[in-house]
Amino acid sequence: MRYAETGFNLEIDLSRGNIERVETDPRDTELYLGGLGTNAKILWERVPPEVDPFSPDNLLIFAAGLLCGTPATGCNRTIVSTISPQTRLMAFSMMGGFWAPELKYAGYDKVIIRGKSPDLVYLWINNDKVELRDASHLRGKGAIETAELIKQELKEPKAQVAAIGMAGESRVYFASIEQGRSSASRGGIGAVMGDKGLKAIVVRGTKDVNVARPLEFLDLCNDVLKYIQFRNANPIPGVMPILAGLGSPQEMKVHDEKWHTENFSWGNSRHRRKVFWTDDIAKAWMETLDSMRTRLISCYNCPMTCGATISPPGLPTYMMKCFSKLTYTMAAMSDLEFGLGIAQSATEYGVDGFSAPQVMAFAVELYEDGILTDADMPGFPTDNNERFRWLLDKIVRREGIGDILANGTHWAAKQIGKGAEAYAHNNIKKHEQLPLKLGMLNPIYFLMYSTGEKINITQIEGQFPQAPFPTMEARETFVKDWFQVPDDKFKDYFLGWEPRGEKSIPYYPTPQMACDIVDWQERMHYIDDALGMCAGLSSFPLKPPYHIHNYPKFISAGTGVDMDEAKLTQAAKRYRTLVRAINIRRGMRRKDEKPPENHWKKRFPDLEKELLDTYYKFKGWNNEGIPTKESLHELGLDYVAEDFIKRGILTDEDESLSTGSPAVNE
Amino acid sequence: MAGEKKTKIVKTIKVDADKCNGCRACEVICSAFHAAPKYSSNNPARSRIRVVREPLRDIYVPIYAGEYTPAECMGRDKYVIDGKEYEECAFCRASCPSRDLFKEPDSGLPVKCDMCEGEEEPLCVKWCLVDALTYEEREEEVEDDEKPENMEIGLESLANKYGLDKIIDAVARMSLQNKG
Repeated sequence: MRYAETGFNLEIDLSRGNIERVETDPRDTELYLGGLGTNAKILWERVPPEVDPFSPDNLLIFAAGLLCGTPATGCNRTIVSTISPQTRLMAFSMMGGFWAPELKYAGYDKVIIRGKSPDLVYLWINNDKVELRDASHLRGKGAIETAELIKQELKEPKAQVAAIGMAGESRVYFASIEQGRSSASRGGIGAVMGDKGLKAIVVRGTKDVNVARPLEFLDLCNDVLKYIQFRNANPIPGVMPILAGLGSPQEMKVHDEKWHTENFSWGNSRHRRKVFWTDDIAKAWMETLDSMRTRLISCYNCPMTCGATISPPGLPTYMMKCFSKLTYTMAAMSDLEFGLGIAQSATEYGVDGFSAPQVMAFAVELYEDGILTDADMPGFPTDNNERFRWLLDKIVRREGIGDILANGTHWAAKQIGKGAEAYAHNNIKKHEQLPLKLGMLNPIYFLMYSTGEKINITQIEGQFPQAPFPTMEARETFVKDWFQVPDDKFKDYFLGWEPRGEKSIPYYPTPQMACDIVDWQERMHYIDDALGMCAGLSSFPLKPPYHIHNYPKFISAGTGVDMDEAKLTQAAKRYRTLVRAINIRRGMRRKDEKPPENHWKKRFPDLEKELLDTYYKFKGWNNEGIPTKESLHELGLDYVAEDFIKRGILTDEDESLSTGSPAVNE
Repeated sequence: MAGEKKTKIVKTIKVDADKCNGCRACEVICSAFHAAPKYSSNNPARSRIRVVREPLRDIYVPIYAGEYTPAECMGRDKYVIDGKEYEECAFCRASCPSRDLFKEPDSGLPVKCDMCEGEEEPLCVKWCLVDALTYEEREEEVEDDEKPENMEIGLESLANKYGLDKIIDAVARMSLQNKG
């Protein structure tokens, strides 16, 4: 008997309409856990680098995390993995909501999609009964609208639906998959779903999910609930509101947006407005939010209320995801009322809340600077807010200029030419980033930006405070009950970190310390993504209820697999390396590992080189960022080393052949 | 003998639907508690509490499983509160042939909330950190027997209808049968 996991995947071949239920190998659970870990294993084995993102041979994998469907609080994430049309690298966006547990209750850990359906279809999983159904009547429908229509037509109000909107159908490179109050947005995985002719996956399950050692598991869950209550009652002093508590973060609860509006940049990630948050604005925004916010809501089995139902005047109600609250507002240099309104359309169309606003702001800037003209954009409105609505409508339909913009700023700039490349300045690995423009290089963030393969800073940061505390007293108070650290040295790193002087950024934390910190932060995210845990209760906030000390116990009691901190760390390192291996095989090299172009005003080329050199070494990667033969062997990934050698990526002597590496398909 | 006072404990779960965040933690822990062995599995479809949840219409109503009923009511009810129309029989707690609520998904046998006997408080309440569910216990004085006046009122109406003699005969016959 398998515990926590079901031990079965669904294999769906859309080209032939074939559906199979396949038992999985329990040894993989021990080595790669589940979720992201086993997704990476499947992508490595079955999607060679020659496969184009829009090829029928690309896989689209929906995985419930290893502990989804158990009583572990907040463990509800679906990890969707594929090859991204935008970055041409592995994309592994996640979504909370209710879908992953439902899949477990239906009796499956993953749904693995291959091929392409000749007609638009949706997949209906009802316990053992699985079928492909016609979705031609749903073409062009919004993602949320689609979910409602399908539940009505199946007469299954309790079914959970993950669907794409028009953007996915049009293969927009930043199309999302929407579900409940969540979405898997980054990397354009909705475009892959659309390319496969799959409008939605609908799940209903009424089976049991078992755990191996019930009483032990429940005790662990109860401890987590108790700690959440403690943290709710004891917010961390001295940090911005959303970092003081737990959650993903609880944006819809918070009125005070001083930090975001004055530190993040507006427009095409250009303008910092250092005195934006006045009393008048605070009052107006509070009124807007209060008037539209119907209720604070949660994902499955989680007490944090990070989302909200929003009812903008004259528009249907929708469920807002955390930071989309501000991205449209800030990209358009507009107000909250505009942002909450356009986010309704964006949710139905199914676009990523970071990329979509950035792409539109990029287009507006190109127009204002005369690179795009009325000839390129006939009928482009003069009113600012209208411009954004106009652009969104064009992009999701790939109409006119929208067809170019739908490829994201990197590819659009190349197509537009005339110097447009300089305007696509906020990307890493061709993917739009959080709109930040800061002063001084931060060594921790430099490494995370450069080497994070989720290619999104919020999906690698966390745990360690983002900035030093001003007084030693405040630091000492902070570290006093900081039991989540894997090692006490992290407390020393933090105690020694000063806002100014010798022990401040960029030279402190030192490269070695920065390696430790980034590695810890990344490890916790990767563990979450295998278990299906929401980062909001684990890797993202300070002092979370889940950490490296209780995770092994959860896995042991849940699955029955013996686990300890060392083994878990090694497993996370194994599949993290496998993600890198997939990307290396697709051409990613050191030259791609850099932060957005003008992210920091002050840069330090020598220090940056030292940081990257030190980190690569620390991770067991060679100077090009390629995992070495030895480090692959140590992780039991000899099959990766063999493939690398066969392809000439590594030589038998374990040196990368040359720095002139194959380019990522440009 | 009539009128002897006794106390009984009335257990109430107070449901504040305005506070419900729709997370269904109550369903998780309920089905885990009632699994055999305890906590060995969970399955919201077996839960004795269900959250009727329609986020886009702002409908969030946790409902507890009540008695099993072999037949559905003669008619159904439908509530509209604050402009929101709730589904048919939304607030009914019965495990009833008219719907699939509160039945074991495999056997179809009815389930019923037992307030998690043996625990300090029902576990759905313990796991509801947003306080949509709170637990109250109070003692209530009840009289041991049914009030004799009620019985007398009933007998009197029977006597009026059938005549006292017939009632006496019937009682005598019934007591003989019981002895036999």
